[in-house]
Amino acid sequence: MEKEYIGELEELVLLLIVMLKDDAYGLAIRKALKEQASRTVTIGAVHGTVNRLESKGFIESRLGGATEERGGRHKRIFSLTASGRKVLERSRDVKVNLWRQIPELAINKLG
Amino acid sequence: MAASKNQRPPKSADKLLSWFVKDELLDEILGDLQEYYLELADRPKWKRSLFYWFHVLHFLRPFALKRISRTNSNYTTMFKHYFKISWRNLLRNKGYSLINIGGLAAGMTVAILISLWIYDELSFNKYHKNYDTIAKVYRTNKFDSFANTVHAPGLAAVLKTDYGDFFEDVALVRARLEERVIAVGEKKFSQSGYFMQDGGPQILTLDMKYGSQTGLKEMNSIMLSSSLAGKLFGEADPVGEMVTMDATTSLQVTGVYEDLPKNTEFSEASYLAPAELYVNGWTTLNVWDNYFIYIYLQIKPEHSFDEISATIAEAMMPHVDEETAESEPRIFLQPMSQWHLYSEFENGTPVTSQRLKAVWYNGIIGAFVLLLACINFMNLSTARSEKRAKEVGILKALGSHRSQLIQQFFSESMLVTLLAFVVAIFLVVFTLPWFNVVAAKAMVFPWASPLFWLAVLSIVGITGLLAGSYPALFLSSLSAVKVLKGTFKAGRLASLPRKVLVVIQFTVSISLIIGTLVVYQQLEYAKNRPVGYSRDGLISLRSASKEFKGKYLVLRNELKQTGMVEEIAEANYSVTDTRGWNGGFAWHGEKYEQTFNTIFVTYEYGKTVGLQFVEGRDFSRDITSDKSGIIINESAAKLFALENPVGEELTWQDRGSYTILGVVKDMVKGSPYEPTDPSVMFLGEFDMSWLYIRLNPAVGTHEALPKIQDVFARLTPSTPFDYTFADEAYALKFAEEERIGKLGFVFAGLAILISCLGLLGLSAFVAEQRIREIGIRKVLGASVANLWQMLSKDFVVLVVISCLVAMPLAWYFMDSWLDSFVYRSTISWSVFAITGAIALLITLATVSFQAIKAATADPVKSLRTE
Repeated sequence: MEKEYIGELEELVLLLIVMLKDDAYGLAIRKALKEQASRTVTIGAVHGTVNRLESKGFIESRLGGATEERGGRHKRIFSLTASGRKVLERSRDVKVNLWRQIPELAINKLG
Repeated sequence: MAASKNQRPPKSADKLLSWFVKDELLDEILGDLQEYYLELADRPKWKRSLFYWFHVLHFLRPFALKRISRTNSNYTTMFKHYFKISWRNLLRNKGYSLINIGGLAAGMTVAILISLWIYDELSFNKYHKNYDTIAKVYRTNKFDSFANTVHAPGLAAVLKTDYGDFFEDVALVRARLEERVIAVGEKKFSQSGYFMQDGGPQILTLDMKYGSQTGLKEMNSIMLSSSLAGKLFGEADPVGEMVTMDATTSLQVTGVYEDLPKNTEFSEASYLAPAELYVNGWTTLNVWDNYFIYIYLQIKPEHSFDEISATIAEAMMPHVDEETAESEPRIFLQPMSQWHLYSEFENGTPVTSQRLKAVWYNGIIGAFVLLLACINFMNLSTARSEKRAKEVGILKALGSHRSQLIQQFFSESMLVTLLAFVVAIFLVVFTLPWFNVVAAKAMVFPWASPLFWLAVLSIVGITGLLAGSYPALFLSSLSAVKVLKGTFKAGRLASLPRKVLVVIQFTVSISLIIGTLVVYQQLEYAKNRPVGYSRDGLISLRSASKEFKGKYLVLRNELKQTGMVEEIAEANYSVTDTRGWNGGFAWHGEKYEQTFNTIFVTYEYGKTVGLQFVEGRDFSRDITSDKSGIIINESAAKLFALENPVGEELTWQDRGSYTILGVVKDMVKGSPYEPTDPSVMFLGEFDMSWLYIRLNPAVGTHEALPKIQDVFARLTPSTPFDYTFADEAYALKFAEEERIGKLGFVFAGLAILISCLGLLGLSAFVAEQRIREIGIRKVLGASVANLWQMLSKDFVVLVVISCLVAMPLAWYFMDSWLDSFVYRSTISWSVFAITGAIALLITLATVSFQAIKAATADPVKSLRTE
């Protein structure tokens, strides 16, 4: 598991799932993607990503409540697993590590 | 929230989604989508639907799709395995595989081509929608052995009025393609077409492009085939336009019909004109004493052909004169389904027609060639069975069930046949254009016909089963212990069936070669027959057009002045045609019963056509009395039985007496295989329908033709200069036999090729099997020649046996084929000698290739194996 790498969209989705907590279902993730990362994707793409993440074992899901605007259909609420957490941390560490080694980029950015 | 109606997303999109998305995901996806739809509430409805659809379609992703094949049974794995093993086997024995696939592909190609041809023959006329109810009227009488289809128009009228209850429609058609010049402005074309009554196009259910099927109601109308209309008017709708026929008659175009496909009775017609127009001015459609029409009719479905035939049998009797009544004319209906293949009659009863025979011959040849290819397959697989036997033993020891082995071997043979089939399809597609030329047909590859694929695939299936049956059923039965201990040895008897099959192969191939040679011999024989006139440098031209009227002498003068023409003449019938029969000759009051081929010719006919005088002289312009002179041929002279025919006087009907001026050699005008007709030539008035031009032998054709054309362009400007060379017209008489010969040549060639492929494989096998024996013999001092002899002898013996079987068989069949010709060659012994030599040479060449390879191999190498 630890050798798994994740793509950029996958990483975003993982982070958003953590952020959305108990409201982390397909359409909400899509909305958050738009608001937080200015990424517009189709609903199908979101479902595809979470399915992939789930099959990789980074997230798990349970059935959530059904609301009237959903036509009485259940939501599937996603939450991070331990290995999902690990993969996120690793991804962050790699990047932070890299940023640290390129001070000029950081300086320029600051300047 | 908006009205509930607005909250519902497009139902069809949901339906589609539920169709392709996995059931376990459907609920949440639909929920998300529904929510999304609500978020769009402030957009116009069409936009919401569009967006919705967009998102639905984006669920077409692998993760969401239902799994299509859920089976995970052992069968697929097993079959995959079978094919993998088969494929490896094919690759390991590349040589054998090539021989097998190549041979089978060649055999299948022939079989498919022949099937297409047979299908084309059997589907003749099926284009017409009333195929099952259309009939043609036939007539037999006491004196003629054949059944006649040419009737007097009165009969059609009687059928229509007195027996009308039986028929949907009756239409009479001029009993010959009529050639006319059809012109629009400067565009003029010499075209063949039929004159038929209104009703004909309806019976034939012509597919109208423009206008209607009832276009022949008015006398001055014409219906054009789509291709002729295209030539005259381009793509525009020509209905209502005028065309000129033979520069004299103006006709209005009333319809354009789609060209009839080549395998229909009327395909050669490019126009249809009213029958009334044809008889206009010289006869009517009620006469009973002039036979010049066909009668086509469509019966009502509640009646049967036989019933009607019985009722109308004597329909002519009340109307004809006494003499005709004495011949007891009886009419009957011939259904359309029988026209093409079942329309030959002898003594008033149907006999197997040449065409039907051709269908049978070709079918049999096709089946044989395919059989040859199958035999190859069987022989090679049985030959290799010893090797495979070990494989079987091991497989069995490892726990294979017998049924699994059977399946293994069958999948192997199926794989080979399928590969061969794919190759065959390519071959068929590439050779079909050539085959069409040879067979004079317009067949297309029936890509879209399920029936075709069904038939072909069933052939493939049967071939695969047949070819794989031996190894599958026999080899799989072997006991593992015996095989692995090495006690299993195919004994001497094991190779016997193989030998028999080789003999069958070569018997068929040799018979086909003999057959082809005999056909060619007969062709040559007939081609070399003396014809009694000279065809080279003779041009014939239809001069029936009214423009030619009274221009004979002018034409003759002008043409001779060009220096390109030696002589010209006219006759009322073509020199390569046997029409024009008359009786009623008498000598000193003594009547002759026989009828004679009577033609009318101008003074210069003998010189132009090149008649060869045996006695007497030609007509002469200088002798006035020649106007009542006749020239007869030798056959006629024999019938007249006069000691010194020249100078004798004959009376002809009530036309007076004629003096015989000369006797010429018999002319072959009709079939070159039939005896020549007794003929009598009268001096005719000018303006007859055939014009003959003898080119000046001193000048070339290419030089002469343009100058001759100039003369015609000046004198008969509205008739196209459509000439034929007499030698070419004569050569057409051989077309049918030449076709048989050409096809036979190809089939015989393929048959021998396939057989040799098999032999090549077998000899390779034998050489391989005896490799150690050869090595030992070599070490002990055998020479290459010895070994070569030893290896080749067996096969040569087989071919010699085949020759002995094939020759009497082929002789019997070909002799009876030759019997269908009156003027026939005899089968010379040289045919057999040549065939035998060819077969032996090819066999030796094939076998020696392997034998010499084995005999010259280094014995050290071969003995070191294993």
